[in-house]
Amino acid sequence: MTNIALEVKDLVKTFALDGTTINAVDHVSFQVKSGEFVALVGPSGSGKTTMLSILAALLSPTSGQVLIDGQDLAQMNEKRRVQLRREKIGFTFQSNNLIPFLTAQENVDLMLRLNGQANKAGRVRSAEILSRLGLNDRLHNLPAQLSGGQQQRVAIARALIHNPAVVLADEPTASLDTERAYQVVETFANLVHENNRAGIIVTHDLRLCQYVDRVLQMQDGKLVRILENKKEIVELARATVH
Amino acid sequence: MKNLFLAFYLALKEVFRNRGRFLLVSLVIALITLLVLFIAALGEGLANGNRQYVANLDAQLIVFLEKSDYSISASRLETNTARTVRRVDGVADAGPIYTSNTEIVSLQEPLKVSMLGAEAGRPGMPVILEGRDFRGGEAREVVIDRNVAVRSGIQVGDEIEIRSTQGVEDEFFTLKVVGLVDGQSYFFQPTIFVPAATWEKIRPQSEADLNSDTPYPNILAVELSDPSQIDAIQARLISDVPNIEVTTIVTTINNIPGYLAQQGTVQTQGFFTLLIGVLVIGGFFQIQILQKVPQIGVLKAIGSSNGVVGWAAVIQIIVVTAIGVAIGGVFTYLFSLALPPTIPFVFNGDRSLIAIALLLFIGPLGGMVSIIYAVRIEPLKALRLG
Repeated sequence: MTNIALEVKDLVKTFALDGTTINAVDHVSFQVKSGEFVALVGPSGSGKTTMLSILAALLSPTSGQVLIDGQDLAQMNEKRRVQLRREKIGFTFQSNNLIPFLTAQENVDLMLRLNGQANKAGRVRSAEILSRLGLNDRLHNLPAQLSGGQQQRVAIARALIHNPAVVLADEPTASLDTERAYQVVETFANLVHENNRAGIIVTHDLRLCQYVDRVLQMQDGKLVRILENKKEIVELARATVH
Repeated sequence: MKNLFLAFYLALKEVFRNRGRFLLVSLVIALITLLVLFIAALGEGLANGNRQYVANLDAQLIVFLEKSDYSISASRLETNTARTVRRVDGVADAGPIYTSNTEIVSLQEPLKVSMLGAEAGRPGMPVILEGRDFRGGEAREVVIDRNVAVRSGIQVGDEIEIRSTQGVEDEFFTLKVVGLVDGQSYFFQPTIFVPAATWEKIRPQSEADLNSDTPYPNILAVELSDPSQIDAIQARLISDVPNIEVTTIVTTINNIPGYLAQQGTVQTQGFFTLLIGVLVIGGFFQIQILQKVPQIGVLKAIGSSNGVVGWAAVIQIIVVTAIGVAIGGVFTYLFSLALPPTIPFVFNGDRSLIAIALLLFIGPLGGMVSIIYAVRIEPLKALRLG
């Protein structure tokens, strides 16, 4: 039986700007299953980041519903939302991803500390996942001693270490060159699949879509296109490359 | 509790990994501490120099001449007042105190001292630490304060020569040092004690005063049988003994000329130094928090509560301030060792402890704005939307 990790129902988010109402997210509905890696794409201003902020329980929608692991965000107070972010969601951000005064392993362990799981077994697990990401000789390096790609891989490890229901990535390859961007997203996709998590990556770089299972394309706040066919997705990515 | 542990972890990791930067801030706090403690110790030293003898009196009340406004130098009592006061119910003893200044000239560098007349064994005469009390009458004997001994090298058994201007002539008197007392500065000068009759003979005096051999005490130090009855005995003294006014030791100290003005000046300096400390610490931590906005946004986005972020900021400020105050305290102590004894510098008073407590408090106070700012940072700052 497939497990729905994330469900979005008729989501609306409006902003008032200089007396004008802007529909940043306009009646959007979709689901993401556990083990599924989805790309949320679209041009600048299409509503991707607003959508991600709502999914991450950082922003309240104007109307509609978001359910993460069956729990309705609208029914939660701020304290409960903080707890949900800590327990059910994994994050990677575009930049300023890591805490600069913690080493790579300490950054990953931070999620375990937040969830009260900072023990020897947790540290072994964080070392394992970092090794899996090719960072076994960088465990004790500070972020400033790591390359951009290495930092993103540490962020991916941090996003997955506490086994969240949903993993969200906000333009995780924006500061990377093409080759490293491919490596990071491929690794991300593999880990999402292996760990049976629901992954959503927000990107404007359609070339990265070759690693995802489904593409949700937004424009002017609306979900205008859904690509589920692997062939169509690969063609979309290739078309961008050429 | 989990939040507090995590806050400690984050705060201490950041301080340790950026120890150079935080040490610089601690050094700035150390310098402020040095300044505040120096002012506090100087204030304590100056206050001591002014009030020490009066503050250490083995008495609870002081008797002045009526309408002298509790001014020691303006008060001059009748010679029989002491006997009258001793007869008042509730008075255990009363000792006359005679005040004057003179100069010890039998030294390479003459030393100005307060010369106090007192009666051995009565209130007003300090406890002898070394040697013995002087004999009464006109004995040419003197008991010196340890401060005189430290500054001059005079020891018990030595003879000293003092110079007093009497009429229009400088007169010289030789006194034998028979005892040593401690902590008896008066009117910013170390003190020597002589018997009343001797005091009258050797004190500086005008031509008119030379005609009289009767010593008139400035004040009486009154020891009570039951100090808890101080108000009742004070009222009884005023009603039973003519031509006097009576007050407490504290009022007497506050009426020493210049004492309150001097202490007010020192305290104002201390206050403004603390204020500068608050602004410096506040400014540093505010700038630091502004630099850390994305980092705090990430912490909140991944599930750190406001409690963790707020406590981490508080702990960091307390740690950095405490280190700065500790370094500043050590600096001040070392500094005090290098100061000559002529500089009134007392490092162990309540004032220094209060200054340290205030210095520890100004860190969190100065950082208050930055703490509030940190707690209010939106987790959206971690995303581009912020």
